[in-house]
Amino acid sequence: MSWLADIFRSRKPEPATASQAKERLQIVLAHERIGRTREDFLPKLQQEIVAVVARYVSIDPGRVNVSLDRGGDMSTLAIEIDLPGPGAQGGRRASA
Amino acid sequence: MAEVIVVTSGKGGVGKTTSSAAFATGLAQRGKRTVVIDFDVGLRNLDLIMGVERRVVFDIVNVISGEARLNQALIRDKRVDCLQILPASQTRDKDALTKEGVGKIIEELSKDNDYILCDSPAGIEKGALMALYFADQAIVVTNPEVSSVRDSDRILGVLQSKSRRAEEKRDPVKEHLLVTRYDPARVEKGEMLKLDDIREILAIPLLGVIPESESVLKASNTGNPVIMDQESVAGQAYKDAVSRFLGEKVEHRFLEPAKKGIFSRLFGGRAA
Repeated sequence: MSWLADIFRSRKPEPATASQAKERLQIVLAHERIGRTREDFLPKLQQEIVAVVARYVSIDPGRVNVSLDRGGDMSTLAIEIDLPGPGAQGGRRASA
Repeated sequence: MAEVIVVTSGKGGVGKTTSSAAFATGLAQRGKRTVVIDFDVGLRNLDLIMGVERRVVFDIVNVISGEARLNQALIRDKRVDCLQILPASQTRDKDALTKEGVGKIIEELSKDNDYILCDSPAGIEKGALMALYFADQAIVVTNPEVSSVRDSDRILGVLQSKSRRAEEKRDPVKEHLLVTRYDPARVEKGEMLKLDDIREILAIPLLGVIPESESVLKASNTGNPVIMDQESVAGQAYKDAVSRFLGEKVEHRFLEPAKKGIFSRLFGGRAA
């Protein structure tokens, strides 16, 4: 009965997926090609930002969250650092 | 001096060995003295696709380690003159391949051949790096599918940074795109990446498009490179690609779905 299926298939076309494939490829490759000529700066960026914050506030390195969303026109990098409350051990450090 | 061509892709299962076998046979059919080398040490398969698996005595690792002379390891094809196969080892691992060892083999083969084809293993590890290191030209085999296109892009980056030509800051490796398993009917339905999209993304010159075809499996079943099957659309497409490689202007074929008659529609006939 595959001919029947053939006839009915043409009635309600599924959304074409090839265009999604192209778009996703273009975005991921745009980013990967940058990474090829430059070393990945994110780990270092994260380290340095955390080090700067740590100069002023004592923070728990385990409670630093980094998330990245790579997009076509814009990417967002979010770095979330939990600052301990006033009651927490250590408290504020004097800045140099 | 022979021209060294690597057949590579990054991703596995896209048709590197099928293409290497077809291309090497095609070049030899055109009278070019050709050697095809299997770099997939540990997982050799070129011998099967070329139909010489029962004639393998020594392999590339034996030659590198000095256990056999190059001439003893080379297998002369019985169907086409001036075509030889250098098999990979099935028992060693890829660390047995060294730059010096492979370099010596290529240098020696260069003396009396026109083309040396290097059939790369999948991945970007040692075996793949050895296969592409000495290349003058690269045939990048790509399926119309996201992971294959991405890996092809990656391997292009490796060619541009890790090949000997890149290291010695000479002219870059000449790149060719070979799209395989292309199904024009699915492209027309919007289910498969279009040829133009792949070309736009990878942005390297197109050498050929091999349509999805049942004859490729038949060819590997019998150990005859698909290019020897005159009836097959894939075989014809490989022949065209070889001609283009040799500088001839040949129109691309099989880019549109084959017009199906009512019978093939009913009985689900597919491309030969």
